[in-house]
Amino acid sequence: MSQVRVLVGTRKGAFVLTSDGARERWDVSGPHFGGWEIYHLKGSPADPNRLYASQSSSWFGQVIQRSSDGGRTWETVGNKFAYDGVTGTHLWYDGTPHPWEFARVWHLEPSLTDPDTVYAGAEDAALFRSTDGGQSWQELPGLRTHPSASVWQPGAGGMCLHTILVDPIHPGRMFVAISAAGAFRSDDAGTTWRPINRGLRSEQIPDPTAEVGHCVHRIAMHPSRPDVLFMQKHWDVMRSDDAGESWREVSGNLPTDFGFPIDVHAHEPETIYVVPIKSDSEHYLPEGKLRVYRSRTGGHEWEPLTKGLPQSHCYVNVLRDAMAVDTLDPCGVYFGTTGGQVYASADAGDHWAPIVRDLPSVVSVEVQTLR
Amino acid sequence: MSVRVVLPAHLRTLARAGAEVKVDVVGPVTQRAVLDALEADYPMLRGTIRDHDTQRRRAFLRLFACGEDLSHESPDARLPDAVASGAEPLLVVGAMAGG
Repeated sequence: MSQVRVLVGTRKGAFVLTSDGARERWDVSGPHFGGWEIYHLKGSPADPNRLYASQSSSWFGQVIQRSSDGGRTWETVGNKFAYDGVTGTHLWYDGTPHPWEFARVWHLEPSLTDPDTVYAGAEDAALFRSTDGGQSWQELPGLRTHPSASVWQPGAGGMCLHTILVDPIHPGRMFVAISAAGAFRSDDAGTTWRPINRGLRSEQIPDPTAEVGHCVHRIAMHPSRPDVLFMQKHWDVMRSDDAGESWREVSGNLPTDFGFPIDVHAHEPETIYVVPIKSDSEHYLPEGKLRVYRSRTGGHEWEPLTKGLPQSHCYVNVLRDAMAVDTLDPCGVYFGTTGGQVYASADAGDHWAPIVRDLPSVVSVEVQTLR
Repeated sequence: MSVRVVLPAHLRTLARAGAEVKVDVVGPVTQRAVLDALEADYPMLRGTIRDHDTQRRRAFLRLFACGEDLSHESPDARLPDAVASGAEPLLVVGAMAGG
């Protein structure tokens, strides 16, 4: 019998939601690490009982937690994230040079094949890797020392490396995204990196088509077709068919193309999901309606998905790491809101129901399909 | 010397310890010596009170004892005799904030 485990990071702790394959009745466990900000938690594809969680606090800094039993028990592992070598500077909000300072881990991406190998995306932007189950962390400095890094600038949420995609087909290929530097690709397992932002256009920066400086909010891929990437940029939903070499806009008929998450259906590589947000100065839903938009054509043509979602007086946001899909058939789609709701659809978005309604503000949602 | 240390709530949870812990300090009882001993007994606290590398106190934490704020004292200054003797605890205090 299949099971689904939804891992929810919130501003005040982590929650683990479990159900059988019907995805109708849910067991809710948590809060784990109550009172701490849990930016992200994710399970290892190679060992689903191995979970990693990023726990942080403005008071006490960064903690990494690890579970070996699917989230029932946790142990602290290494929390020393030291930049490798001379840190140099990036640009601060006011345009002056500012030294790299570690603040927190935004995203943890376990290896596809080794439960003890996990990548961590940090603020200030850098990529770290552990090969001993999180006990120790080493920076992959080729990203932070890219020649363009001295002109990277933080977005409003900090200069965070929030997206890590490991290509399951091309050995050594990885993608990351940084706000507000853009998207980057490595073809040598993270040793060297290059910007992949050609085709992006951001009117908020002096040169709208600059090589770096774009506020990329999220990138998603389907594992069967990793050369096709989908991006929710600050404004604009984008698509690349050549592993990021070039991008084209596919916002189409969306009511607004500002937003944070984007994800791909588990079995239909051309079916994608976004949650349009009113604007970058109004981080809430347009018209007070919670609508997920689905395109079955890889962009351009979008349909609103509303059944079971509030269609009046709803002014939440859905953050960049707060949407995920399971691999059951039909595909399940999940997202969490800044209002503390976690919604699930067991039919690819046609119908929705809340799993929980009143959690702390949701930062991240991940799903594990357990068979 | 057995020194008493009172931890803020979140660090008690992290350390899986009670409100007050006792640590054995060899030699002069200073902030550095007490925190070194604390981190040796509770390695999960490394980096949460002091920076890993610089050993500087994190900005939103303070160290109190005997009714005094000792946060800006040298980490190598001796703590009050009452702390060294175990009569009074060293308090690790998180800044008050809402939200």
